[in-house]
Amino acid sequence: MAASRSVLPGFGITLGCTLAYLSLLVLIPLAGLFWKSASLGGAEFLAAVASPRALAAYRLSFGASFAAALVNAGFGLVLAWVLVRYRFPGRGIVDALVDLPFALPTAVAGITLTALFAKNGWLGQWLEPLGIFVAYTPLGVTVALVFIGIPFVVRTVQPVLEDLEPEIEEAAASLGASRFHTFRRVLFPAVWPALVTGFALAFARSVGEYGSVVFISGNMPLRTEIAPLLIVTELEQWNYAGATAIAAVLLVISFGLLLGINGLQRYGARRLAGGRAA
Amino acid sequence: MSTDWILPNSPPRAARRAGGALADPPWVRALLTGVALGFVALFLVLPLATVFLQAFSKGISAFGAAIVEPDALAAIRLTLLVAAVSVPLNAAFGVAAAWAIAKFDFRGKSLLVTAIDLPFAVSPVVSGLVFVLLFGAQGVLGPWLQAHGVRVIFAVPGIVLATTFITFPFVARELIPLMEEQGSDEEEAAISLGASGWQTFRRVTLPNVSLGLLYGIVLLNARAMGEFGAVSVVSGHIRGQTNTMPLHVEILYNEYQGAAAFAVASLLAVLAVATLVLKRLLEWRMGRASCAARERGHA
Repeated sequence: MAASRSVLPGFGITLGCTLAYLSLLVLIPLAGLFWKSASLGGAEFLAAVASPRALAAYRLSFGASFAAALVNAGFGLVLAWVLVRYRFPGRGIVDALVDLPFALPTAVAGITLTALFAKNGWLGQWLEPLGIFVAYTPLGVTVALVFIGIPFVVRTVQPVLEDLEPEIEEAAASLGASRFHTFRRVLFPAVWPALVTGFALAFARSVGEYGSVVFISGNMPLRTEIAPLLIVTELEQWNYAGATAIAAVLLVISFGLLLGINGLQRYGARRLAGGRAA
Repeated sequence: MSTDWILPNSPPRAARRAGGALADPPWVRALLTGVALGFVALFLVLPLATVFLQAFSKGISAFGAAIVEPDALAAIRLTLLVAAVSVPLNAAFGVAAAWAIAKFDFRGKSLLVTAIDLPFAVSPVVSGLVFVLLFGAQGVLGPWLQAHGVRVIFAVPGIVLATTFITFPFVARELIPLMEEQGSDEEEAAISLGASGWQTFRRVTLPNVSLGLLYGIVLLNARAMGEFGAVSVVSGHIRGQTNTMPLHVEILYNEYQGAAAFAVASLLAVLAVATLVLKRLLEWRMGRASCAARERGHA
């Protein structure tokens, strides 16, 4: 690792501090988790990560995260389009509000959504007579994850829509393409890498999400227990081995998603740059 | 490599003109706007309004009582203390990391940038767990710590550690792209004119990135004060001692003290709204600053 001919000072000390701080705070603790799970016997590890309760928790975590990310992909695309292309009163406020799920502590979101969707809540009192039960069901988990995931799709798609050259659409229109045809053949191909990235970001965040979900889910084992909650439950019963094994599984999946998302973003950036050069 | 994942928060460009050949038919416009605003109203406006309405559901005096109650005050103090440690630490780290990464070329740089993003990829619960495994009673360093009478887990140091872990990337990921974009010409000029490294940083670099730094700090602070999952794993939930505001909200809520829970939650919601307002203001200022820089470049 050598700095390539620069007159600026401070490379050694800043990189040294960065690496030391990163190692102490992040890398060593994370490595400790893998070290600990490797020290479990194969049978013990398997019993923890493949118990019916753990499998049900993964199913719920991944299923609800996937459903929530899909909902966000759809509504997020519409919201980004409306924010970029249309002008209406209050647009600035709506645009700022999109970041609310980043700024609002997850526990606050959790109790608020529960209060809204509970039997006597503002929304629950109308939905439950219709047979739609949200609080304390897998649907409730999905609703909380939709809330958490809103900014990801909007904020990845928005800059791509802003960068689109209007000339391309004008050309398509002047060549006789209908608006729908233009969207399908001209706009969508430009936007989809960002849309998939936003979907993946929302999904990745949702898989690990805890605070906003634990209140609305009801936390029934095998039914509404998400994987991060199962880790907490195991810890509270002093079952460190079980908690560590499940955490290692989640961690490997998170790293896989991180690498996948980085790849997607590089692909999207290349496409965008290629489109501009052409 | 892009560092823009998880928090794609670069300031939005000046919105493009709408209209002309781009205009969608009026019914499409109305339909899409309706769908978008309906979604925002249901999932964003309604929850935010609910927090405040529930907080005052038992009247203003009950609201005040829930906030000045000793356990609530202790939770507020602890939350401020945790932020007061985590925010400067991670801000200093972010500046150092951005200097090394943006101003120099070295092997393994993109790996380092990815590693800095790691805490955003990890579930908050897992972030707390790694510190329990290191410092807990059954952890690697647990027996040694116990022998020396130091408590990390179920105590304030653990809460600070977990919060610092969770909020680690905020400032770095904000400053790295910003400093890369600005290049090092101005710094090189200052050095060649005889300024010391520290003078160059303080007089040239810092003023150039101050808005971005502030932007990162605002987001970092919001997360540090609001973190729940990681902190809940390491805190032990000792009332008046190891409860931060979000944990206090949880306890009140689970004890069916809904109005009190929402009263404390509403303070956190005010923090969230203040964060959004500050973020918008800074984006606006940064947008103007970068426009001005571009115009200077063209002149």
